Amino acid sequence: MSDLAIGAGRLTSLPRGARTGLAILLLLAAMAASLAIGAVPLSLRDVLQALMGQAEDARQAAVIWQLRLPRTLMAGLVGAGLALAGAMTQGLFRNPIADPSLIGVSAGAAVVTAALIVFGAILLPPGWLPYAMPLGAFAGSLAVIAIVSRIAMVEARTSVALLLLAGIAINALAMAGTGLLVYLSDDRQMRDITFWTLGSVGGATWVKVWALAPCIILPLICAPWFARALDALNLGEREAAHLGFRVERVKRLACFAFALAVGGAVSVSGIIGFVGLVVPHLVRLTFGARHCVLLPFSAIGGATLLILADVVARTIVAPAELPIGLITAFIGGPFFLALLLRRRREFAA
Amino acid sequence: MMRLTAIAVERGRRRIVDGVSLDVAPGRLLAIVGPNGAGKTTLLAAMAGDLRPAGGTVMLDDRDLHRWSPLDLARRRAVMPQAARMGFSLPVRDVVALGRSPFERSHTRCENAAAVARAIHAADVGHLVNRSYETLSGGEQQRVQLARAVAQLDLERAGAKPMLLLDEPTANLDLAHQHAVLLLARNLAKQGVAVVAILHDLGLAFTYADQVVALQGGRAVAQGAPPEVLTPTLLRDVFQVDGLVVSGHLVVQGPLAA
Repeated sequence: MSDLAIGAGRLTSLPRGARTGLAILLLLAAMAASLAIGAVPLSLRDVLQALMGQAEDARQAAVIWQLRLPRTLMAGLVGAGLALAGAMTQGLFRNPIADPSLIGVSAGAAVVTAALIVFGAILLPPGWLPYAMPLGAFAGSLAVIAIVSRIAMVEARTSVALLLLAGIAINALAMAGTGLLVYLSDDRQMRDITFWTLGSVGGATWVKVWALAPCIILPLICAPWFARALDALNLGEREAAHLGFRVERVKRLACFAFALAVGGAVSVSGIIGFVGLVVPHLVRLTFGARHCVLLPFSAIGGATLLILADVVARTIVAPAELPIGLITAFIGGPFFLALLLRRRREFAA
Repeated sequence: MMRLTAIAVERGRRRIVDGVSLDVAPGRLLAIVGPNGAGKTTLLAAMAGDLRPAGGTVMLDDRDLHRWSPLDLARRRAVMPQAARMGFSLPVRDVVALGRSPFERSHTRCENAAAVARAIHAADVGHLVNRSYETLSGGEQQRVQLARAVAQLDLERAGAKPMLLLDEPTANLDLAHQHAVLLLARNLAKQGVAVVAILHDLGLAFTYADQVVALQGGRAVAQGAPPEVLTPTLLRDVFQVDGLVVSGHLVVQGPLAA
């Protein structure tokens, strides 16, 4: 831990440009690894040639363009969205344990998506489903965040206990809903739903990437605007209002952006937990808690983490694949416990 | 210039503030005193624009406080809260710099940095700037919050002078810093700031304030210059203590003998 702290201290003393460069370099390295590693191992040269459309082997080009590139981009977008959403809710609720999956928002998005998997083919014209899923998931997460934040807000302060308890209730309800949908579904739909509740970026297609991109990029573009307000909210809601921020408007817009990112991510990849918890925490440790740094670096860090997790997911038991949600849960669970252990006193109070 | 006219604030069915009229003039230090539950903090919240009075008006420059946009208001008045815990710890320098948020667009980066440096110096937190807010003692945190509020005062530009509202600014401070904070408040008043402070220590109010308003049960039972308000009679009736003035200082002798 002390080594990590010292390492973190050194990183914070680096100039901003160097830190940004380092983070982007890491992301590019993760992307390169994700494109090169797999059932058909490719060299970096092969990857670059294929990306520039000069592949010597048509099969290699197909592997890159049809399989690995959409998958890498989707994993990156999902990771960026979840981490950004985590950082934003934590700022909004002034608490480091507000993760989209812990407070039930992912589950809310999941139920709607599962319902679309089962009934979508009947209700919607063919071809609409890939675009309806992010929208439906967005609506689901928006509803949950509205309910949860209303329950947890007592006299203009967010109670963490209430936030988590509301999350437990909604998670239970959503799980029951998903269970019911599994019961109603046919074999193929059931496999889809089950695999998908564990989280995976295995089904990546270009259509999904295009449907997902605006859900993640829009909140990312708004991040600098939110950063100042979230910094002020760190002092408290009343204090932020004294500094001239329209707190209610900021909260509404932040919830909107948050629901868009989580809904988009969940609709294509299922429930991938803990990314929103782990990444912002690490970024805060290394770069500090100011949101103008925290939000973009969380997005970059989330993308890097999920791309790497996906590389592990599809190589560790090759030729089979582990659901990526299992991997993030194995990283995030202990991390969450450690976080609780360190802040025990605070939560007991 | 802020003018409160017969304002009333209700919480549920209870009237917390009841018909208080008050002028807050630039260049003056106004102390709000009163026993627990007299409505001091609620009155200050009404002056800050946090809540809308159920009756009466709060006017700032002849304009109702609620017709001001949050940003315009933030450029005119700063509030130091009683106690502020932060969600995530920041270095002290960054906390103070948050006080400049309303001026990020209107002032240059250089002007803002200078205002932060001045506020850090004024609140005597220079030795803490690189510390993490979380690691400070209660009194040190309070002084950092004071520095943040002072940084929010726009003193350089000509025009209407800002207001500074202090909610028990001396609560957690040692004696030397209690006096230092009120000296700073006096000093800011001399530069034209209208300062309003809730004070529990009547001795400090007597020594430093230009004007005192005494609240009891939500009503202003007396207001005026300190010697006119903080009389032995008022001390007995409102605060249930005996006190007298000795060579220009108010001395509270202890609770009333039963």
